[in-house]
Amino acid sequence: MNMVQPQGTAKVRSRGLDVFYGEKQALFGVDLDIRAGEVTALIGPSGCGKSTFLRCINRMNDLVDGARVAGSLTLDGDDIYDRSVDVVQLRAKVGMVFQKPNPFPKSIYDNVAYGPRIHGKAADQSELDEIVMTSLEKAGLLKEVKDRLQESGTGLSGGQQQRLCIARAIAVEPEIVLMDEPCSALDPIATAKVEELIDELRENYTIVIVTHSMQQAARVSQRTAFFHLGKLIEVGDTEQIFTNPQEPLTQGYITGRFG
Amino acid sequence: MTEMAQTDTAVRSMDAVAARLKSRYAAERRFRALGLGAILLSVAFLAILLGSIVQKGWTGFIQTQVAVAVTFDPQVIDPDGSRDPLALDTADYATLVRNGMAARLAPDADRNARRDLTGMVSTMATEQLRRMVVANPDIIGTTATVWVLASDKIDMVVKGQVPRQLGAAGNALNDRQLGWVAQLEQSGQVRTTFNTTFFTAGDSRAPEQAGIWGAVVGSFFSLAITLLVSFPLGVATAVYLEEFAPHNRWTDLIEVNINNLAAVPSVVFGLLGLAVFLNVFHLPRSSPLAGGLVLALICLPTIIIAGRAALKAVPPSIRQAAAGLGASPLQIVAHHVLPLAMPGMLTGTILGMARALGETAPLLMIGMVAFIVDIPKSPVDPSAVLPVQIYLWAGSPERAFVEKTSAAIMVLLLFLVSMNMVAIVLRKKFERRW
Amino acid sequence: MQTLLLAVTLLLLTSLAFRAGRKRAFAMADGAPRNLHSLPGYYGSWVALWSGLPAFAILIAWLMLEPSLVRTLVISDLPAAMQELPTEKIDVLINEVRNAAQGHATANPDLAIAADHYIRLRQIGFAAMTAVSVAMALAGAAFAYRRIEPQLRARPRVEATVNIFLVASSTVAIFTTVGIVLSLLFEAMRFFNMVGFIDFLFGLNWSPQMATRSDQVGSSGAFGMVPLFTGTMLITLISMVVALPLGLFSAIYMSEYAQPRIRAIAKPALEILAGIPTVVFGFFAVITVAPLIHSAGEVFGLAVASESAMAAGIVMGITLIPLISSLSDDVITAVPHSLREGAYGLGATKSETIKQVVLPAALPGIVGGVLLAVSRAIGETMIVVMAAGLSAKLTFNPLEAVTTVTVQIVTLLVGDTEFDSPKTLAAFALGLMLFAITLGLNVVALHIVQKYREKYD
Repeated sequence: MNMVQPQGTAKVRSRGLDVFYGEKQALFGVDLDIRAGEVTALIGPSGCGKSTFLRCINRMNDLVDGARVAGSLTLDGDDIYDRSVDVVQLRAKVGMVFQKPNPFPKSIYDNVAYGPRIHGKAADQSELDEIVMTSLEKAGLLKEVKDRLQESGTGLSGGQQQRLCIARAIAVEPEIVLMDEPCSALDPIATAKVEELIDELRENYTIVIVTHSMQQAARVSQRTAFFHLGKLIEVGDTEQIFTNPQEPLTQGYITGRFG
Repeated sequence: MTEMAQTDTAVRSMDAVAARLKSRYAAERRFRALGLGAILLSVAFLAILLGSIVQKGWTGFIQTQVAVAVTFDPQVIDPDGSRDPLALDTADYATLVRNGMAARLAPDADRNARRDLTGMVSTMATEQLRRMVVANPDIIGTTATVWVLASDKIDMVVKGQVPRQLGAAGNALNDRQLGWVAQLEQSGQVRTTFNTTFFTAGDSRAPEQAGIWGAVVGSFFSLAITLLVSFPLGVATAVYLEEFAPHNRWTDLIEVNINNLAAVPSVVFGLLGLAVFLNVFHLPRSSPLAGGLVLALICLPTIIIAGRAALKAVPPSIRQAAAGLGASPLQIVAHHVLPLAMPGMLTGTILGMARALGETAPLLMIGMVAFIVDIPKSPVDPSAVLPVQIYLWAGSPERAFVEKTSAAIMVLLLFLVSMNMVAIVLRKKFERRW
Repeated sequence: MQTLLLAVTLLLLTSLAFRAGRKRAFAMADGAPRNLHSLPGYYGSWVALWSGLPAFAILIAWLMLEPSLVRTLVISDLPAAMQELPTEKIDVLINEVRNAAQGHATANPDLAIAADHYIRLRQIGFAAMTAVSVAMALAGAAFAYRRIEPQLRARPRVEATVNIFLVASSTVAIFTTVGIVLSLLFEAMRFFNMVGFIDFLFGLNWSPQMATRSDQVGSSGAFGMVPLFTGTMLITLISMVVALPLGLFSAIYMSEYAQPRIRAIAKPALEILAGIPTVVFGFFAVITVAPLIHSAGEVFGLAVASESAMAAGIVMGITLIPLISSLSDDVITAVPHSLREGAYGLGATKSETIKQVVLPAALPGIVGGVLLAVSRAIGETMIVVMAAGLSAKLTFNPLEAVTTVTVQIVTLLVGDTEFDSPKTLAAFALGLMLFAITLGLNVVALHIVQKYREKYD
């Protein structure tokens, strides 16, 4: 199966990717490589298609009625939209964190254990315990919640909830973690913690993050892709995009002329 | 952790996921099948219900008639030849019918056989001959072939609702009568026609003479009362609560009340009707007036709740616009809000009426179970209503009433379906997106 | 009919009053409505209110009071021997008098005289009612008409009247509840004076037929509601066993899986099922389901009563499927989409998401819905009246015949006009119990559902 590629090779590769919602086309011929072991930020004004692109990678768009995808999108060279691809298996490999923290109305422990349970990742209870603890630890939440693992996940603060959702996602041991504006519902302190966490997670996971905040993109990502009206306008190293954009549209956006 | 080891665990982990997939998808399919099964079973119940009603009831719309060669014997009708109308009116026409039957089937019938012959045709036949003679006394002395209504037992056998074998379930005919039926059918003296009696007559102990018209009229009067009372009250309450009422304990209480009334068993409303409308106000028992009032209380919550939903759906901007032009609160409601909410309110009202039309239990409480032959002329006459008529017939032992019950149910369902259709059309036509 | 004609006449008068009032207002304003305080139509309405309201108030009051007045007068004119009869006997006589008045001949000469008296009284009454109400309509209109002047604040006055009508309408719901509670309580208290409350609540025997003679009352102990209660519970349980899985799975399938084509068939089908009157289901239970269960029982060598709790319970379950399904559908769709996405994002299959995330989150709402369905099942009448039978046996065997609270209420009251025997009053005591139980269930259920809604709003 797949090997962990050296940093810089394409983990996810899209070529001429079109997405339609019913009559409306949301993405126009996107060519984009997501490199392994990096944080890639997708930026652009709202409705530009960045979230759509993100949701193609783990086929969350399948849940939308009338959504249609054309072009090619591959994960480790395998077509994500191939008929033989199993969505469940794909999502075990490609985890996701959502805009609004959405912990299940269950205990903190059960929230994190849910993924490993359904995928049968743990042979016994102690192994499951270990997965839960490690995941919480990696998400930087263990210290705060270790005494109340049986309390409801919905009782945590917003920032804690979002880190719980991250812990829940990485407990499945995905290769890629998709983050759809993970900090938009959080206050600045919680945001800082999550951003710190994203930076740490980079060691083990390939991360794609959609964000509204250019500062955030600049802080956490190594590469940045700029979308506008369903088209990928420019992609490059984050530093280059923010200091020396090649396209006038990109420049206009990052300097705040529109957005 | 070295890179190699990490890869290893990752691969092993993905294999574990793949290994479990088969059983997980099997569980998925099972779950989905359960869901589909539940839907199909529910739809099947409906199909069986409607199917069995139609299968048992469609013959209720046709009736069997027997041709009898009647000799209008002056000796029987008018022995002294006076043609006195009173004598003609009270003459023994039953004998004419019996003689006519006997002449054809069993000329030398003894007393028992003659009784069996009488059981073949409805007592309505006697009435029919009386009317013929009273209308035209000149036919006395002539012989004519008259198609008369068959008795319910013959009717059942001819229409195939009960088996022809002697002693089969529901078959009340004896050997001799079965033979006669076969004889009559062979000579073409039995026919089936559209059952007008069923749509024009009131209740009757004899199934072949029973009809639903009395119950339909009773239902109409009841629903008219219900509509007259509950629609204005319901709309006024909805308007008050939605547009004018302050938010305080009193209005909270009213709201809680309405929600709870909507869930009170209807039989309890019947007890209220009995204790208050009959025993305190002495409204006439078994009357559509009392019934309609009870039904009005039952569907009031439905109308109020639907009315409030319709008022809520009118956007506040309309009210603000009207208020900005200096309209008084009542003018705002009467000129702008109410017309926009009216389709929704009407829809709710029709649905409430449909529910009231099918309501049975509370009407039993106020005495609408009486056996009433006459067609009611006003809302204070004793009367049956359709669902109660169904209940009464369902409890009758005669096999022929099964068919009448089912046929009455078909009529009731037809009314309900048309009312719902009107509601749906109304909703579709006036549906507005803000 | 006559009364209807009178009402139409009064309405006509009212509309004439409206026109007259509007016309006079116009005239006073010299054809320029801006000289008036209110629009001319309001002056018309004001006059119409003065004309219609008092007249109709008198009409309604008259209609309510006349029957008992006529009755008293007719009774006072009967021979003394008849007057001394007990109330219920007099009721019968009065009925006969009414029938005689409608043209059915009576054999009793005294009653024939009374019938003539009755007819005369009714005629006088109607004439007087017509005269008084029409006079009232005219007088009211005239009074208001004369007071019209440009400064008259017609609109606020009309609006105040409408307001009173609105407020009064909204209290009807309260009066209904109060009426229910009071009438049940009042009659039930009379019952508990004859039969002890404790005996009623915990007695194991129910045979009201034995206690028709007043000297037997209380000592017989035949008014124990436990068998009725267990019968009700048994049938409710059976119905929930049918309705809960079918309704819940239907809702899940419809909201999560069904293609539009299936939904287009199944949704209306469930709505039709919900709209069919229960008397139809009762007939279905008796004529189709009960024989089916009976013969199925014979195949397995089980003795099934022809009126079994099973038949009634199953059919009642069918009637509850749409209720459970629509309530569950509501709560399932109310579970936020983000929770589903969370599970899908972890690679959960659809059924795993539903079973492990959606259903647990929707559980309180579903419990609330089930409670409402239970309350409906307990109060449901026609199906059990027709299919469950009358034998008050203390049994949990679903194949036997049982009876329920509602069946007994109907049986005790139908065809029985005596109102003082414990047999009749027992129905009100049962009604009180029924009301209390269903009310309690509804309050709890609505509370749970409310809490659930707040959680996801």
